[in-house]
Amino acid sequence: MTVMNMVQAINSALASEMEADDSVIILGEDVGRAGGVFRVTDGLFERFGGDRVIDTPLAESLIAGMATGMAMAGLRPVAEMQFMGFSYLALSMIISHTARMRNRSRGSYTVPMVMRMPYGAGVKALEHHSESTESLYVQIPGLKVVVPSTPREAKGLLISSIRDPDPVVFLEPTRSYRLFKEEVEDGSFTIPIGESRMVREGDDVTVVGWGAMMPMVQEAADASEREGTSCEIIDLRTLSPMDSEAVVRSVKKTGRVVVVQEAPMTCGVAGELISRLTSKAFLSLEAPPERVTAPDITVPLPQGEKYYYISPDRIYNAIRRAASF
Amino acid sequence: MLTDDFDPMRGQMLSILDQDGNIVDESLVPSLDDDMLERAFRNMVLSRVADEKAVTLQRQGRLGAYPPNRGQEAASLGPAMAMERSDWLVRAFRELAGLLWKGLPLDRYFLGWMGNEEGNRFGAENRITPSSIPVASQYAYAVGLSYASRYRREDAVTFAFTGDGGTSEGDFHESLNAAGVFSLPMVFIVQNNQWAISVPRSRQTASATIAQKAVAYGIKGLQVDGNDLLAMYAAAKEAADRARSGGGPTLIEAYTYRLGNHTTSDDARRYRLASESKEWEARDPLARLMKHLYAKGVLDDRKTEAIWEEARQTTEDAVSKAESFSPPSVEEVFRHTYEEMPPLLEEQMQHIRREMRGGT
Repeated sequence: MTVMNMVQAINSALASEMEADDSVIILGEDVGRAGGVFRVTDGLFERFGGDRVIDTPLAESLIAGMATGMAMAGLRPVAEMQFMGFSYLALSMIISHTARMRNRSRGSYTVPMVMRMPYGAGVKALEHHSESTESLYVQIPGLKVVVPSTPREAKGLLISSIRDPDPVVFLEPTRSYRLFKEEVEDGSFTIPIGESRMVREGDDVTVVGWGAMMPMVQEAADASEREGTSCEIIDLRTLSPMDSEAVVRSVKKTGRVVVVQEAPMTCGVAGELISRLTSKAFLSLEAPPERVTAPDITVPLPQGEKYYYISPDRIYNAIRRAASF
Repeated sequence: MLTDDFDPMRGQMLSILDQDGNIVDESLVPSLDDDMLERAFRNMVLSRVADEKAVTLQRQGRLGAYPPNRGQEAASLGPAMAMERSDWLVRAFRELAGLLWKGLPLDRYFLGWMGNEEGNRFGAENRITPSSIPVASQYAYAVGLSYASRYRREDAVTFAFTGDGGTSEGDFHESLNAAGVFSLPMVFIVQNNQWAISVPRSRQTASATIAQKAVAYGIKGLQVDGNDLLAMYAAAKEAADRARSGGGPTLIEAYTYRLGNHTTSDDARRYRLASESKEWEARDPLARLMKHLYAKGVLDDRKTEAIWEEARQTTEDAVSKAESFSPPSVEEVFRHTYEEMPPLLEEQMQHIRREMRGGT
């Protein structure tokens, strides 16, 4: 066990998979000598060489397409989009080829690749560096979408993503990169994709979140607990395929639910999850499901971010509304 | 080297056979024995017959929208003849002659255009990728295929096709740029058939040639008479040899013409002159090769007639086989989205199955 932050944990996952399997290759912008703009690939260029840690030209569609071709040929590429906001340049490639090559060829070709994307606001960044547009990717059949919330989760989920036979969009919450440290196993270990994580059991309200929202969810839940509302916290951690069954089970117990999503409201993952809950746990619901989301506006630049970004207070208020309905 | 002798910046185009099948310059003739030439002709005839059959089937409602290949057979066949088994053929959607040479089963080809993904279940062992409809996007994964083969120390060149319209796309630029940077073993073939649906070549680029774009990427470029099989083969062979020996990628502009419509849904008479198409009919790559092979004594009337008859029979057999495929089951339509079907997809599939059986 080593105590590490999320950046170190992701680096450790990459290193251990590259060590174990020479088909694992990293490609992206500045991932080589610079070690990535967040230093996630720090030291890997020196350790594994420029053939396996590839600084590509600055071209996102090429990066996605190149990784797709490598995967079709049997490699296990891990491509980095420098920020989620730049991944839109690769979106056509991802939708048109990465996600559907398996289906189109009836399995003759498969695309076992990972696309790592730092995402999220709350870090006082430039425009385009605070995006949380996971719904774009969740809508694409053939892709999996994974969002870790802690260092240990990041390592285990990334190793699973690299070994997964299908393309995975791996969203890394920049806000949590260096927010806290925890103990992480040294060698390889996996955390299954498609299974949510029960963070804390409780009786009164189910609170669901993922990625950068989790520390705030826990803070809000702690405040609610102090006032006597017991919260059951679920970290969804895979947005596609989504483990809605676990949330359904929880809501059948608590009857009340708050879903917390960093992204804008409309057509978000929270709405999808709540829709499934109302179908499958309709008679168990004792209050209207609550969602805490960003408003449907462009992410403001840092000075206006407080009107956009979710705070523990907003989550706390939603828990109170759900509990007191 | 051909790429030195024919400089696209000076408007020089490689041509070996003239319109009547006569050799322009004996020193340029590639070494292809008579047997190989006859096989090439056989292949072109099969491509022509199968292509016309596909158009007919579309008119009869037995096949979906279809992009005819007529007139462009040499542009894909020449490069395919320069390929080894381990080489990758990354297709766009108008390379039938080359695909047949590389080993694509004709029944799968028909099946694909009949609207069944099963038509694409052939590729991995033949190293042919499925057709790619968003133009030039296939160039990006071609770069990845090529990188992977070099990483694995395979002797494999990646041949990637697009059209003149594709050269305007960002992926064309990003991919040629990257192939140059990584000095990958690749041959990019642009079938410049003069028309991207209704938009002429002059609307895609102000460059005098497409081949000269290679200069900006620091790679070799060559404009070739795309209706001249010998020239297309010679150009592709030299490019493939260079790629194999570590000399990096080449851009080949196959100067050709789409004699048919863009697809069966298109009507080319709306935007181009009949006289233009007529002029190009006279430069038909198939007729040109045939004249050459008659002059060489490789073909005669009896042999030629037998080749056409054989092509018709092969085509009929392939169509029958394609039409004997059952439409996919609901399981088949669902199960290739992921390696393992997620619970929600399973649920959705069961739901559709229930409803199809009249359930609720």
